[in-house]
Amino acid sequence: MAAVTVPLGRVDAGAPRVTPAQTGSEQAILVVDDIVKRFETPDGVLTAVDHVSLSVSPGEFVGIIGPSGCGKSTLFNVIGGLLDGYEGTVRVAGERVRGPHASIGMIFQEESTFPWRNVIDNVAFPLEIAGLPKAERYDRARHFVKLVGLDGFERRYPAELSGGMRQRVSMARTLAAQPKILLMDEPFASLDEQTRLLLGDKVLQIQQELKQTTLLITHNITEAVQLSDRILVMTYRPGKVKRMVEIKLPRPRTSEIVSSEAFGRYVAQIWGDLREEAGRGMEDEEARKLREGEHR
Amino acid sequence: MTAAATLAKNRYVPAALGVLSFVVFIALIELLIRVGVINRFIVPMPSDIIAAFPRVIMEEEVLHRFLLTAGEAFSASILVTIFGVAGGVLLHRYNLLRLATETWVAAVAAAPLVLMYPLYLVIFGRSALTIVMMGFTAGLAPIILKTLEGLMGTRRVLINVGRSFNLTRSQQFWKILFPAALPTIFVGLRLGLIFSLINIVGVEFLINFGGLGQLINELAERYDLPGTYAAICFVILVSVCVFIIMERLERWLRPVD
Repeated sequence: MAAVTVPLGRVDAGAPRVTPAQTGSEQAILVVDDIVKRFETPDGVLTAVDHVSLSVSPGEFVGIIGPSGCGKSTLFNVIGGLLDGYEGTVRVAGERVRGPHASIGMIFQEESTFPWRNVIDNVAFPLEIAGLPKAERYDRARHFVKLVGLDGFERRYPAELSGGMRQRVSMARTLAAQPKILLMDEPFASLDEQTRLLLGDKVLQIQQELKQTTLLITHNITEAVQLSDRILVMTYRPGKVKRMVEIKLPRPRTSEIVSSEAFGRYVAQIWGDLREEAGRGMEDEEARKLREGEHR
Repeated sequence: MTAAATLAKNRYVPAALGVLSFVVFIALIELLIRVGVINRFIVPMPSDIIAAFPRVIMEEEVLHRFLLTAGEAFSASILVTIFGVAGGVLLHRYNLLRLATETWVAAVAAAPLVLMYPLYLVIFGRSALTIVMMGFTAGLAPIILKTLEGLMGTRRVLINVGRSFNLTRSQQFWKILFPAALPTIFVGLRLGLIFSLINIVGVEFLINFGGLGQLINELAERYDLPGTYAAICFVILVSVCVFIIMERLERWLRPVD
């Protein structure tokens, strides 16, 4: 099937173009530059994301990992344009983007299929919004349903599918919009480990086929190493870049790679970075619970 | 698997069991009246009620009255659906309006609105319009509240999916918020239509005007208890018709939850 770009949203074409010198990466399709996001809370101002910068090359798979409360989801929402009021810039293919835009497709952690639409209508949703004729959008939707391995389930409703199948429907729906960048926020968090590994295989297969630039937010080290070319490790609150780890595992990969020695070394290395941060997160959470108890 | 579980899976057994339970209940009432446990001057025998049907149908113009009450119920349903759902959407859209009026709307939902009928008689006269407007007033608040609840309860992630696809405000409403809220809106519609129908028949009875409520009034005045209960069965039939239409409409709008 020929790749067709479907206009789904707006990109701020009037924004200043980013030069390679500014991004630090000549090839980057996504540049996240010096993002700072603060929230007002009853305890004062909370810095969720603190001067985070990142550039992603076309076709690259980058994982962002960190303990709970490190600002991963905040970063996901900032890059996806669902959050505003932040410092710094997000640029896609050199153009500054503000708010939700066609260049970035988002897959959410929570179950996000539309229960009132069957599989094919869920997947065809962005094409319907784009105003494609019915026959054409169903034709394209069928392609993406097949891509995620759900052919034969086109007329089923989400309630008739398993959690893993529903997440694949969400993935097909986002891919159907043909975004330049696929942004995933812990898409397999609610699934069991075996399903998660198998769906990881499916993601690898799709990424291989579409050469899809992907940014994966996760707290699962195995998942991050299995899928990513590079992993950005974040600190616990405020969320800063602690380290960027390059994963030099051969591609194409499958879930079998998790049993390799090199895979284990990467997992150990990242856990070494994360352990201290996760410990800080846990202590902070316990202290907060204690304070809440005292207030009661 | 137990025998009961096997029977429950059969397509016809649960329905047949329901009908059988009803028949047994009616037979039991008949028996209790015949042996004198229940006073036959307060509760007529089911066999007398069945025998009264032909008389009520032939002599009391029940078809005409049925259509009159059904027409009033249908008119009130249309009005209450349009204004109730629109009211809920408005309260969802304008937060200040919601904060200012939600408590009042909830209070109206719990109020015995049937007592307003003398006022409506003055405004609209002793006519079908009074009855329709009473039905409309009684059914409005629950539909507004349930529509609001359905829209407010739309899962955040579904709204974010819409935002990520850059939907316009109108697309966000029609493609996501409204279908997501439909099951709750239909709960409101069922509640509202029950209130409407009760008030429609109640006001017909009170002002002795129009359809089945007036018939029940007249038969009760004549102390024709079997006829009264037979007429009540026709009110139940109106209710069943309204609910079948509602169910079909819901399945059409949202095939599977």
